[in-house]
Amino acid sequence: MTKKITLNMITCRSIFQGVGMEAGKTSQKYFNACSIIEMHPEDMKKLGIWKNTNVRVSSSVGSIVVKAVEPRELLVPGLCHIPMGPWANRIVPAYTFSTGEPCFKGFDVEIEPAINEPILSAIDVVKDACGLPIK
Amino acid sequence: MTKVVKDVICPFCGTLCDDVEITVSDDNKKIISVRNACAIGAEKFNHTSLPGRVTRPRMRQPDGTFKEVSYDEAVDWTAKTLVNARKTLMYGWASTSCQAMSVGHEIAEKIGGIVDNCATVCHGSSLIAIQDVGVPSCTLGEVKNRADRVIFWGCNPAHAHPRHMSRYSIFPRGFFTVKGHKGRKIYCVDCRYTDTARCADEFIQVQQGYDYELLNAFRTAARGEVLPDTVGGVPKEKIYEIVEELKGGRFGVIFFGMGLTHTMGRNHNIDIAIALTRDMNDFTKFNIMAMRGHWNVTGSGQVLAWQYGFPYAVDLSRRTKARYQTGETTSVDLLIRNEVDACFNIATDPGAHFPIDSVVSMSKKPTVTIDPHINMSTEISDLHIPVAMVGVEVGGCAYRMDNVPIETRKVVDPPDGMLTDVELLTKINERVDELMGAK
Ligand code: SF4
Repeated sequence: MTKKITLNMITCRSIFQGVGMEAGKTSQKYFNACSIIEMHPEDMKKLGIWKNTNVRVSSSVGSIVVKAVEPRELLVPGLCHIPMGPWANRIVPAYTFSTGEPCFKGFDVEIEPAINEPILSAIDVVKDACGLPIK
Repeated sequence: MTKVVKDVICPFCGTLCDDVEITVSDDNKKIISVRNACAIGAEKFNHTSLPGRVTRPRMRQPDGTFKEVSYDEAVDWTAKTLVNARKTLMYGWASTSCQAMSVGHEIAEKIGGIVDNCATVCHGSSLIAIQDVGVPSCTLGEVKNRADRVIFWGCNPAHAHPRHMSRYSIFPRGFFTVKGHKGRKIYCVDCRYTDTARCADEFIQVQQGYDYELLNAFRTAARGEVLPDTVGGVPKEKIYEIVEELKGGRFGVIFFGMGLTHTMGRNHNIDIAIALTRDMNDFTKFNIMAMRGHWNVTGSGQVLAWQYGFPYAVDLSRRTKARYQTGETTSVDLLIRNEVDACFNIATDPGAHFPIDSVVSMSKKPTVTIDPHINMSTEISDLHIPVAMVGVEVGGCAYRMDNVPIETRKVVDPPDGMLTDVELLTKINERVDELMGAK
């Protein structure tokens, strides 16, 4: 049986995401910077995965495959981070509590190993959700 | 021979660094090197000369591919879409100039659109709080020259505003801050040990989502009242100690970011941070400032506010008056409830930065995206119109995060025949006039 763990998700900016964005949203830099999930090594152990393994992250609104990496900026166990971008936004709940502001930080996600599942490109992540043809 | 353009304003983040030096080729077409900018700013300038840049409008075909069309066709399609729609969401504006905004707003008034900028998913919560309780603030120049107590709360300038700390908030020596970093005490409150926390003298690790409680505890401590043993994971002794240090400063400032605006509580988190700032003014001079992220988003708020009275999410569909109600006229809500029937994106990428449900909703409507580059929004749009990059290929006015307007510079020529935002919007405006006159 595959293991699953529940963590608290935050989505934030990172300088790599910023540089990647300016290098081009279709660039490898952007892909490398944003199609990841940062997790505490202890949480990886609980999930039974090595770092740099693909995982499926699911929230109340959707799910996405990204690569689990060790955090560059230290996280406490139980907290995880996907840099802002199309991958993160596949799982961000859009409900705004009448403020206009969706819930980008602080929502539960379930994480399971997805070693053999591919990570979609930035454009495909969005097109796939919109039902548009993917090359 | 190359030449150097000095005092260039960086067009990426709300810090609007104004000391960038750029070497350009003598025909004014190519950027050769960039000095003084951070990694993101340098990448922004270098992006102009990346191969594969789209230089003409592209229209989506039934098979999903894009076909090049002329600017005239693009203007006509856009104007018709705007005139035929009952309610258009005109979103973005953060990477363009205030001059372009004013033309855009003229179009919005005529066609009854809703004008929203990226504060809606960023510092919108802060704007709600500021409307509710006001804001004791200052300029970044004052921070540089006076601040000796600096708090970064839920923001990470090391990543989001890379030169903020060296130009204004931690390292520079100013008129009353001759010792630079040594004369300042820096605090960082965050749920992660960020790179900004590394630069701080004191890191206060708050449990994710407990910022309101912690701010409330700071207020309580400032009044000398009793605290529970820990608040949001922070021991009470620490809170009392920091509050005393803050009181002992001559000039304090709280910089706050998405850690407050995006978490549960939203505007209430900012409310109480402003209330703490007000309380601290009983003891010393204290200020608070939003770390506005996307370049000229502050400018969009300014232009909208002086034209219509509201800084974002302005609904002009009633024609005779402007309306604003967060949760109702804000982009994400409009899209997830399917309350608009066309989308017009300019100078911002909702495709990458909106929650997916709203992006899906956008993709089902006639959509035009005006942006110099290919991004997630252009790829789900029916029409992509490329334009010159503001702050690089054309000048214009932009506002820094502390609401100081700065006139930006043109550094190189745009690709041949490419329109600027102002030129394009003026053409669309004229075409809208023609179509509406004929109605
Ligand atoms: S800090 Fe911001 S404005 Fe300054 S160079 Fe970097 S990206 Fe540009």
